[in-house]
Amino acid sequence: MNRVKPKATFLTLFVLLAFAFLVGIAIGPVSIPFGKSLLILTDKLPLLEFSGLPSNFQTIIFDLRLPRILTGLLVGSSLAISGTVMQGIFRNPLATPYILGVASGGSAGAATVVVLGFTSNYALPVGALVGALSAVTIVYRISWSHGSTSSYTLILAGVALSSLFSALTTALIFVAGPYQQHRVLFWMMGGLWRSSWTLFKILLPIVTVGAGIICAWSRDLNALALGESAAEHLGVKPSMVKKTLLGLATAITAVSVAAAGSIGFVGLVIPHIMRMILGPDHRILLPAAALGGGVFLIYTDVMAKTIMQPVEMPVGVITAFFGAPFFLYLLRKKIVGGRMR
Amino acid sequence: MKVAVDDLHFSYNGKEVLEGLDLEVRRGEFIGIVGPNGSGKTTLLKNIGGVLDPDDGAVYLGEEELTSIPIKEVATKVAALQQETSVGFDFTVREVVEMGRFPHLDRFERHSEGDLEAVDRAIEITDLENFSDRYVNQLSGGEKQRVFLALALAQEPELLLLDEPTASLDINYQIRIMETVKCLQSEGLTVVAAIHDLNLAAQYADRVALIADGVVKVVGKPGRVLTGDNIAKVFGVEVEVEESDVKGSIHIFPKTGELGQ
Repeated sequence: MNRVKPKATFLTLFVLLAFAFLVGIAIGPVSIPFGKSLLILTDKLPLLEFSGLPSNFQTIIFDLRLPRILTGLLVGSSLAISGTVMQGIFRNPLATPYILGVASGGSAGAATVVVLGFTSNYALPVGALVGALSAVTIVYRISWSHGSTSSYTLILAGVALSSLFSALTTALIFVAGPYQQHRVLFWMMGGLWRSSWTLFKILLPIVTVGAGIICAWSRDLNALALGESAAEHLGVKPSMVKKTLLGLATAITAVSVAAAGSIGFVGLVIPHIMRMILGPDHRILLPAAALGGGVFLIYTDVMAKTIMQPVEMPVGVITAFFGAPFFLYLLRKKIVGGRMR
Repeated sequence: MKVAVDDLHFSYNGKEVLEGLDLEVRRGEFIGIVGPNGSGKTTLLKNIGGVLDPDDGAVYLGEEELTSIPIKEVATKVAALQQETSVGFDFTVREVVEMGRFPHLDRFERHSEGDLEAVDRAIEITDLENFSDRYVNQLSGGEKQRVFLALALAQEPELLLLDEPTASLDINYQIRIMETVKCLQSEGLTVVAAIHDLNLAAQYADRVALIADGVVKVVGKPGRVLTGDNIAKVFGVEVEVEESDVKGSIHIFPKTGELGQ
């Protein structure tokens, strides 16, 4: 498979992103023509004023759709970056926030917070963070022996712990009151309907700082691909890189899970597709995965909103419907997975 | 670069592997480390490379104690080639060799002209020009080992550590790797190599250190170290040692039927 030039890929991704913004703003239960959407957007710019635009359209765009698109961008980016990081540090194509128990740990943490009756905007992310970090710490500890982590133990420990945390979440739903039950179930299905400016403002600093630091460590991640001891001879401390990057990836996954529930396959499929297109150099791969994940989630969210109107599908259903078959196709074609070890 | 190993102790999980090992490596020499399986050859190399920290005793690179040098700075002076190498993901040969410049770069620094020249040179020395766009994972064992040698050379080290670099290679690749290293030694590189094959050690090393029971038993010219007596004591087999026709080399072969008796 020939690689595509990074410039061309990034250009395409930015065009897709710009278009995703337009589509995301225009399409929804109330459809607002493209032209009007553009006018309403530009209206916010200083010095430009158009009169006579319906104010309910403005409300829909600025209070509902725009924060939702931006939240989708951040959530998709976080999941794709986390997946890339985890596949990279464990040199394992299966490693994703879901397989390693990070997401289910986060879900259990967030569910606990909901069931206990906390309603603050910060409660959910904090609960998710605590759950996710404890999951990843346990998995990492178990698979750590003699100065390195075993990939098999890691995946198995992740799967086992995921089941445990899912059981915990189910138990919590079982004992919760009807209102909390409803909240947890809805949130678990995965969707961007809770998006708001408040949520976006919580996500933005954590995701940008986390993703920024991760990108700054791309060379270390590349060195790890040569194996731990080869990396050490290049001046990279594998345990240090793993802990730092795993911690950051867990943090951005946790806040994303808190914001949007469980959205599968973005963290698995997007990194593989981007690696296939661009090659494995993390200096290019990480930003590309971030963009790709964000764009993918915005489009799938638009589909989730419109496919069964007036009912909204959980976006996780759409991502899985697209992601899983496409991934199976890639596996079958030996485009991914075949030569990795 | 001069290396001094001083009373080095190291243990894995309470089992002592190195028990007060002393070794002086002279600047610009090729020293071969030989010894039975499990005698601590790899552990010694890892201690010299700063990958493992000694329990007791010290390693000196030049005049500096190794543990006082940051690991990234060590990597600008010491490179290593290991027995088993593998690359996760489809990196090309050139991408892997470029990683050799990593220790010389700051976090956000891009490759300079000088860096790229070092990479080109490493690729040229190891004869990989025609492979530079190939995926390392698709190469044969011998080619892959040359890629990792090129990676080590791109670091522009003063000291090269080899851990059984040719153990799984056919004779052609064995000789190509060893000849390349020998050639670099003539340009000033210091080489410390753990070598299983005593004949290979005798042929390429200036001096040989025979280690067993966690210490250096004998060190000196191959002909003086690899004697029938020493080999019998350390490896527990009877061998015949002959002067080889190849200049300065010796030839070691087992006395047939010895183990059966």
